[in-house]
Amino acid sequence: MSLLLNEEQSMLRDSARSFLAENAPVAQLRRLRDSRDPAGFAGNTWAAFADLGYAGVAVAEAHGGAGLGAVEVGVLMEQIGRNLSALPFLASGVVAARLLQSAGSAAQQAAWLPRIARGEAIATLAVDEGIKHQPEAVALRAARHGGGWRLSGSKSFVPDGHVASLLLVAARADDGVALFALPRDTPGVQVERTVMADAHNAARVVLLDVALPDDARLPGGGAAALQQALDFGRAAAAAELLGIADEVFERTLDYLKQRRQFGRLIGEFQALQHRAAMLYVDIELARAALAKALLALDTAPQQAAEAVAIAKAKCGSAATLAVQEGVQMHGGMGMTDQLDFGLFMQRARVLQELYGDAGWHMDRLARMRGY
Amino acid sequence: MSETTSLESFRAETRAWLEANCPPEMRQPLRGEQDYCWGGRNASFQSEAQRLWLQRLGERGWTVPTWPRDYGGGGLTAEQAQVLQQEMRRLNCRPALWSFGIWMLGPALLKFGSEAQKREHLPKIARGEIRWCQGYSEPNAGSDLASLQTRAEDRGDHYRVNGQKIWTSYADQADWIFCLVRTDSAAKKHTGISFVLFDMATPGVSTRPITLISGKSPFCETFFDDVRVDKHNLVGQPGGGWDVAKYLLTHEREMIGAIGERAQPQPLGAMAAQSLGRDATGRLDDPQLRARIAEFEVDEAAFRALLQRFGEQARAGQAHGAFSSALKYYGAELNKRRHELIMSALGSGALIWESAGGAAEDAASNDGAAARDWLRSKANSIEGGTSEVQLNVIAKRILELPGA
Repeated sequence: MSLLLNEEQSMLRDSARSFLAENAPVAQLRRLRDSRDPAGFAGNTWAAFADLGYAGVAVAEAHGGAGLGAVEVGVLMEQIGRNLSALPFLASGVVAARLLQSAGSAAQQAAWLPRIARGEAIATLAVDEGIKHQPEAVALRAARHGGGWRLSGSKSFVPDGHVASLLLVAARADDGVALFALPRDTPGVQVERTVMADAHNAARVVLLDVALPDDARLPGGGAAALQQALDFGRAAAAAELLGIADEVFERTLDYLKQRRQFGRLIGEFQALQHRAAMLYVDIELARAALAKALLALDTAPQQAAEAVAIAKAKCGSAATLAVQEGVQMHGGMGMTDQLDFGLFMQRARVLQELYGDAGWHMDRLARMRGY
Repeated sequence: MSETTSLESFRAETRAWLEANCPPEMRQPLRGEQDYCWGGRNASFQSEAQRLWLQRLGERGWTVPTWPRDYGGGGLTAEQAQVLQQEMRRLNCRPALWSFGIWMLGPALLKFGSEAQKREHLPKIARGEIRWCQGYSEPNAGSDLASLQTRAEDRGDHYRVNGQKIWTSYADQADWIFCLVRTDSAAKKHTGISFVLFDMATPGVSTRPITLISGKSPFCETFFDDVRVDKHNLVGQPGGGWDVAKYLLTHEREMIGAIGERAQPQPLGAMAAQSLGRDATGRLDDPQLRARIAEFEVDEAAFRALLQRFGEQARAGQAHGAFSSALKYYGAELNKRRHELIMSALGSGALIWESAGGAAEDAASNDGAAARDWLRSKANSIEGGTSEVQLNVIAKRILELPGA
């Protein structure tokens, strides 16, 4: 098992790179932001993305997907990061699809996975309730009522929750964490769009005594299934962060070779050369850590948590360093909205926070290693 | 037979051979430098098991699994060598031999050496019979290595060598030296250098150990006073020594970068928790140190993944020639961080320099082993090219930034 891409994976990378650069570049995110687009992504781009089989890349073939794994998801997410493509792929095709596939009933899978793979339905996981990621502290209440369930509570920072037709809700039942498939149009579900700093969208969700039938509960597990789906999403978010780091670093390196001050190229200054070299090494470390995590998710998902924590922490801190150095090395121009560095910085910040930031994952690693 | 089946049968044979031939004492974790076996003409073995393990592995050529059999190697493919490494790790087999001959000179001789040189030197390196040292740095040629001044005067069939080297690792214990000398003082600084080999027992060679801040003396000053070196001991062309030296340095950098990895160190967090205790929730009872260790362990794991990825790239012919500088830079900085954290975790217990023997901490301090290792690690970012030189190499050769 290799940490390098095989031929098919390299081809997937190349085709995704050219598709996204052409159809969902940074300029598109800028237009969506400036026009205050209600969806926050371009419907025709998302449809084309799904037509190419990308939206269902990780959905099983039996449900109309490509049946590929974490490595392929990582390949796509890196290219999404490079282009800041606004697409509900991470929320729907990665996290929600994974959770349905591992814990959903046959009926839930048949009802939703083919539509997720075709991009016709958007599903998303609602887990966080406070301002930090704390999946073990889920408090939204799931109470038995007659033959079914009543759900009450609220969720925040639900990625693409404003356009999702299916919410996968983590709730607290008497027997621990329980997961529910909740159609958006169920009575009592309130969804409020929150435009985030990165011009992507999330939602606050309030459930007011929402009634659900018994079979709305995902039969295949609680807290453990939740963590495994989250780990899939964490690695995917790490891949998007790596894509951001790569793109920003490439642009910054070009600038160091073009910009002249004091009669010479600023890339000749050792103060900048050393910082660029250190950033380069940090990004290569992040790339290797991510490759390890993606491979672990595909070969031994139960043992992948440690590798995922390492990858999310490392990609988060490498991308944070990359966007900061990107702005600083571009000087005043780096601060302008005319260049794209602000957009990369904003997206990196949101991805850091999503599914646990570097500090959270370091703490998790320490707990897993018993100290 | 398919490639996979033959590799799997190789694995089974290898496992059986290791189980039959690796003495149980050689499957205990390394305790530290005292357990390293360096071989050589005057080798001192810690135990019969250590001697036997070197002899058996050396006879099979598995101290240097991928070198050709004709030169004392194992003749294994890269895939087979990886299987051997995995199986040795699985059984916790210690490395049988620590050797600059294997890590540094060998690869350079395979690439630049004459047939006669390969046949003379490589098998002795493989079996650990000759211990080598490296004559590179001089008092006025450190980071700027190419300004070295040790002179080799052409005397027809031999050179007469005069000058001084410094920071020669274990020169006082080495049998032979591979050495950079200036054969042409009129040429430009990089082109007047040649790469020669000679016996440290040759008249005119003397060494003087240098005491370091750790109290130990792994490095020497080495003096050459009219040393006779036969011309058949010149590697490559006269004046072509810099190419050999650069090639060899990339191997040295990979070696230093991978030091922490080869020594298979104890996980830091567990060690600190053992030393300082845990709070009621099971967390290391020093939140600040715990956070620093967790950050270190993320970087350490990422570095291990990077070494693995680099190895795969190298086997696939995709690695960048200057990437060893990235590994050297990061591995050295990481190892320094490790030792700073170990010192914090062990507190004043690590500061007892000489054990009086009475208290438990005294015995645990092992004559200041942790403190001495901590001080020794400071050289990691200096030896084999400073961290600053590595960053220069990355900036120029990998990132292709402008400037000299």
